[in-house]
Amino acid sequence: MTLQASPESEVGAVTAPEDQSSAPADGQFAPELPDDAPKAYRVKSRRREAAETILPPLVLGMGVIGLWYYITFIVIDESRRFLMRPMHDVVNVGFLDSANLTEMLSGLWSSTKVALVGLAIAISIGFFLATIMSQAKIVERAVFPFAVTLQAIPILAIVPLIGFWWGYGQTSRVVVCIIISLFPIIMNTLFGLLSAERSMHDLFTLHHANRFTRLRKLMFPAALPAVFAGLRISAGLSVIGAIVGDFFFGRGEVGIGQLLRRYANNLQGEELLAAVMLSSALGIVVFWTFGWLQNLIIGKWHETVQK
Amino acid sequence: MTTATSNGALSFDGIGMIFPDGTEALRDITLSIDKGEFVTVVGPSGCGKSTLLRIASGLLEPTAGSVEVDRDRLGYVFQDATLLPWRTVRQNVELLAELHGFDSGERRSLSTAAIELVGLTGFENHYPKSLSGGMRMRTSLARTLTLKPPLFLFDEPFGAVDEITREHLNEETQRLFQSEGFAGLFITHSIGEAVFMSTKVYVMSARPGHIVAGFDVPFSYPRRPELRFEPDFALLSGEVSLALRGSHS
Repeated sequence: MTLQASPESEVGAVTAPEDQSSAPADGQFAPELPDDAPKAYRVKSRRREAAETILPPLVLGMGVIGLWYYITFIVIDESRRFLMRPMHDVVNVGFLDSANLTEMLSGLWSSTKVALVGLAIAISIGFFLATIMSQAKIVERAVFPFAVTLQAIPILAIVPLIGFWWGYGQTSRVVVCIIISLFPIIMNTLFGLLSAERSMHDLFTLHHANRFTRLRKLMFPAALPAVFAGLRISAGLSVIGAIVGDFFFGRGEVGIGQLLRRYANNLQGEELLAAVMLSSALGIVVFWTFGWLQNLIIGKWHETVQK
Repeated sequence: MTTATSNGALSFDGIGMIFPDGTEALRDITLSIDKGEFVTVVGPSGCGKSTLLRIASGLLEPTAGSVEVDRDRLGYVFQDATLLPWRTVRQNVELLAELHGFDSGERRSLSTAAIELVGLTGFENHYPKSLSGGMRMRTSLARTLTLKPPLFLFDEPFGAVDEITREHLNEETQRLFQSEGFAGLFITHSIGEAVFMSTKVYVMSARPGHIVAGFDVPFSYPRRPELRFEPDFALLSGEVSLALRGSHS
């Protein structure tokens, strides 16, 4: 609350003299109008900003594609070219062959469902644990070391155990997602719940707010920015969990992990690379979706919302 | 905490405060505020002024002495505006009425009136992030005004805003003091602010905090901004300043 680099001074700096006609006479209104007053300035800077945002990754991307072709046709001997198929082959075989594409998309959808179910369960457990941890220090002390331990377990080390206990079907895949995505939800939610300033708590104390009111009207809303930061991390981890789980547990629906494994075993280089790209795309879509949700829910009041 | 006598709004009797770490924050503070009085305690940073307010409000129990105050509808204005960033101006102003169980119709009329009193009409749907520091403080004042508290405690509320805004807020606070008829206990380290708004000014010294001088401020209300440039004002400010320096050696 104390860190605002005064919106007034910002407005003062960008308001050109010709814009004053659009600003109301009352000086008090000035801080409310940064969207209105310096319009000409904004439009120009936005176009330039867009170019500056898009160009560098575009150039780098083209460089990577160039390097790809260079490796495929010049570095690698023809007999070993199956290791790195040229990009147009990957596109043709992986994305333009409808049978292959259907297979991959249905695998991807299966893994997406697993990731979402796992994430939903992790969110429920995480919110519940964080809430009671925020209410009783003793619970926080009791749970904390185990939450950290959970985070420290290498997921591959317990995959056999998970299969041993829950079988090699969908359940085990979901369990992997829960374990891998739970920690950031607990920690970020707890951090968020405890982030309300002391003076705000004092205000609620002075007006005799009970524990439930304090939680509902102060601590939960205050936690939202941190909760969303945690969700973005956990959603990405849950996708990884779904793919890793699918890779190891072969029963039931075929997910993208199973396909990756099959393509690698069959030396299907084009399909393998296409499946890797689709998996990455899923991760990106999930990350964006939660960013979009964050903007939708807290964007209008939160100070620093990522774009 | 019994209800104060018919004329008193708040009285401290021999208040002392020693924190668990051994720091003596306050020693033998005795002062009282009657209805219709606006009392300012001025002192250097860290002299225990805020501790005194926390004791008055019941947020802190003193280790010695007693407080007489009616805490039913206490107005407390914090150092920062303490607005909930996810609530609009109107929703922030309605918070206390909400906590006290007013229904939505009452809340609406209380908030409309309070927002008008602080001159924020038209900004009801703005979020705190789009308000200036001064406007946030006004919102905070409006929130406190909704409960029509008989006693306002101000914990250095205008310390973070610029000088011009502070002067405006001082003028509005003394206008509200007149129109709403509350008693006030105001904490600050600014002598000009203290003399401009108050009926009485107490000077507090540091380590441990205790009252070293008290001044009656004779100027009549409503006080005009020009009062700050009059000789009597300067004279009184000088006396307060001297007392403050004497205590600060």
